[in-house]
Amino acid sequence: MRSGLKTYFNQNTEAAPLAVFRIFFGLMMFFSIVRFWANGWIDKLYIQPKFFFSYYGFEWVKPLGLWTYGLFVICALSALAVAFGYRYKWAIISFFISFTYIELMDKTTYLNHYYFISLLSFLMMFLPANSYFSYDAFKRSEVRHQLIPRWTIDSIKLLLGIVYFYAGLAKLNSDWLINAMPLKIWLPGRYDLPLLGDLLQQEWVHYGFSWAGAAYDLAIPFLLLYRKTRPFAFVLVVVFHVLTRVLFPIGMFPYIMIVSSLIFFDASIHQRILSIVSRWAKIPFNHFGNGNSLNQKTWDSRGFKRKLIVGFFALQLLMPFRHYLYPGELFWTEEGFRFSWRVMLMEKAGYANFKVVNKSTGERFYVDNTDFLTSFQEKQMSFQPDFILEYAHYLKEHFESQGHKNIGVYVESYVALNGRRSQPYINPEIDLTLQKESFKHKYWILPFNDEIKGL
Amino acid sequence: MRKIVSLFLSFALIMACSSSDGEPTEVADNFDRSAMLVNWADNIIIPSYEAYASAVADMKASTDAFTTQPSLTTLGELRNNWLQAYTAFQSVSMFEIGPAESVSLRNYTNIYPTDAAEIESFVASGDYNLTLPSTIDAQGFPALDYLLFGTADTDAEILVKLSSDSYSTYLSSLVDRIETLSSQVLSEWKGSYRDTFVSNSGSTASSSVNKLVNDFLFYYEKSLRAGKIGIPSGVFSSTPLSDRVEGLYSKEYSKGLFNASLNATINFFKGKHFESESTGESLEQYLRYLSELNSTEDLSVAIINQFEAAKSAVSQLNDNFYFQVESDNSKMLQAYDELQKNVILMKVDMFQKLNIRIDYVDADGD
Repeated sequence: MRSGLKTYFNQNTEAAPLAVFRIFFGLMMFFSIVRFWANGWIDKLYIQPKFFFSYYGFEWVKPLGLWTYGLFVICALSALAVAFGYRYKWAIISFFISFTYIELMDKTTYLNHYYFISLLSFLMMFLPANSYFSYDAFKRSEVRHQLIPRWTIDSIKLLLGIVYFYAGLAKLNSDWLINAMPLKIWLPGRYDLPLLGDLLQQEWVHYGFSWAGAAYDLAIPFLLLYRKTRPFAFVLVVVFHVLTRVLFPIGMFPYIMIVSSLIFFDASIHQRILSIVSRWAKIPFNHFGNGNSLNQKTWDSRGFKRKLIVGFFALQLLMPFRHYLYPGELFWTEEGFRFSWRVMLMEKAGYANFKVVNKSTGERFYVDNTDFLTSFQEKQMSFQPDFILEYAHYLKEHFESQGHKNIGVYVESYVALNGRRSQPYINPEIDLTLQKESFKHKYWILPFNDEIKGL
Repeated sequence: MRKIVSLFLSFALIMACSSSDGEPTEVADNFDRSAMLVNWADNIIIPSYEAYASAVADMKASTDAFTTQPSLTTLGELRNNWLQAYTAFQSVSMFEIGPAESVSLRNYTNIYPTDAAEIESFVASGDYNLTLPSTIDAQGFPALDYLLFGTADTDAEILVKLSSDSYSTYLSSLVDRIETLSSQVLSEWKGSYRDTFVSNSGSTASSSVNKLVNDFLFYYEKSLRAGKIGIPSGVFSSTPLSDRVEGLYSKEYSKGLFNASLNATINFFKGKHFESESTGESLEQYLRYLSELNSTEDLSVAIINQFEAAKSAVSQLNDNFYFQVESDNSKMLQAYDELQKNVILMKVDMFQKLNIRIDYVDADGD
């Protein structure tokens, strides 16, 4: 076992797949940021709001006013530099930091996709992705290697595999499989799609999509790994992601996943892609094919990178199960919901009415949330307990600064989950200003009146 | 493994077939959202605007009659036509979409409390521009409420004041402004906007259904629940603010105006044709369609019951909400609570069932 692992970690493989991955990743990220900017979302999401929801422990990460644009410029340029393999190490570090900073600025915009990009760029900081077909490798012979450690490419496959497989596991619950929720809500809403629109009204289609979606997520990593099913698997990847693109407002992510899954293919295909690119861009392709392999002893002395990556994956494998440490229904409390590849599982809507009470006189008034939050923030806040808590503390500070004293903040809130009738969400008797954010269970979330069976 | 593969194959096959057919298959039980838009536009929105514009025209005629020959009789007629127009406005106020949205009809027609000091200074100086956003609280029906009922203690004194050039000029400018806005909105609806509205039958955040339902709920929450009941009864402040009621100066119409607004809201929900007993495609029918499709409970029943509960709570109130807040505010708060319950049923439950997005940036989802 030990020696098996040792031989595995000493194996080398062609660097071309990683080079192709780096190029596509960099370009996709560049265009994602340009698109984000062009849609006016920097202004709407990071400049306009008065208040930003922070991640626990990252309260110091805030938008930088108009300098936020500069942050996006840095992020976009870093992505381009990654694509070209120009000073790759610094480029990917700068991309990871700027991108992750952007994501940490406001919890409202959390998407599993963005988390995936942060993780991927973190991983790529430790991979020799500039060894081949990069500006660095072109200029500096000591960077240039045709062969690199096999585990570096496998680590990306593993991360992709985790994303899919865990997303599949998360779908093994009664709402998804037995009730076809939330697809039963979402699909009929796309009645206006040509050809598909009428089909999406049919109940059997909702079930078909639910079951096929779960099976796809669970099986696709293995179908991609196994050489014989790989071409078929790739067709599935394309069909699946194009379909999600058509059905849901999902942005660039489908394209990113389609392109990323190319990494499962043999090096010969990547060589072909690179030779086409070389011909088109008039790059002397043969320049890179020096047959050199990266010396693991010097590149990863004492196995630091390897150990770090192993630790990283151990964490990734465990994180999605952390919700078992909390009582109550995961979909209801959302304790352990984020960072777990729980994608498209819930249609959740809420309403939160905050009451500010002067605890010595008993005088009270309700808050108009639109005075403080954008409609997007209000929507996200209304069904997530950590948002509700943070906002309550903000309200206390705000009204105290206006001269109110002895303030208590209470919330009357209702949440509807996956088509169930709405029910009270947070205990209205609890003064939220006395509660502190932590990783502990929030006992003031009222119990869920139903049961969702499954993982 | 083979099973999974065959499941995929059949899935892929379904997809392939459905997209290569070319001909969309007609499904009988598909709720027709375009028909709902047609019903809204032709049977509710446009007739409501027509009635409003004609009531405003009557108000303008009686204003002209009053300014040429001021008397207690012409003042009485003007007041009466003001009330008719104000009441008719309650049926169109929720449709703040398209032409009404682009001219900010609600903001320029019914912002209260009106700023009496600003009105007096405009009257005195004769120097004002009612198209400026800074003047929204010195125009519209609430400003007329002040002029017609609040400028002096007795009707005789009011008559004397309004007969003066400066007041009657301002009075006419206010009425003209309301008239301009109402006829502009109506003519756009009768022109090209009706087709724009009806043809935008998609499911995106900017589609007509999505937008108008959001506008409808915004109106219900902000103007009806908060504006007419919640704010005066002190729900959003430390103490009740009785002077924030609608129709503060005329003193007896706040409940009537409220009821007109609530009834219009209910009729829109039910798809009831304007001033008629027949109904058409509506949110109620849409919810019923979805409950049959998914064999779940019919939410529209709960919403309509809640509307009725709100109505009966409001029926306990005095015609003058100012008086109600001052004498027994708890009844106002009860009415507020009943109205509030429907915010949850509509904004949380109905929006989820209809898959209507609360309008925010069209940001990406997971």
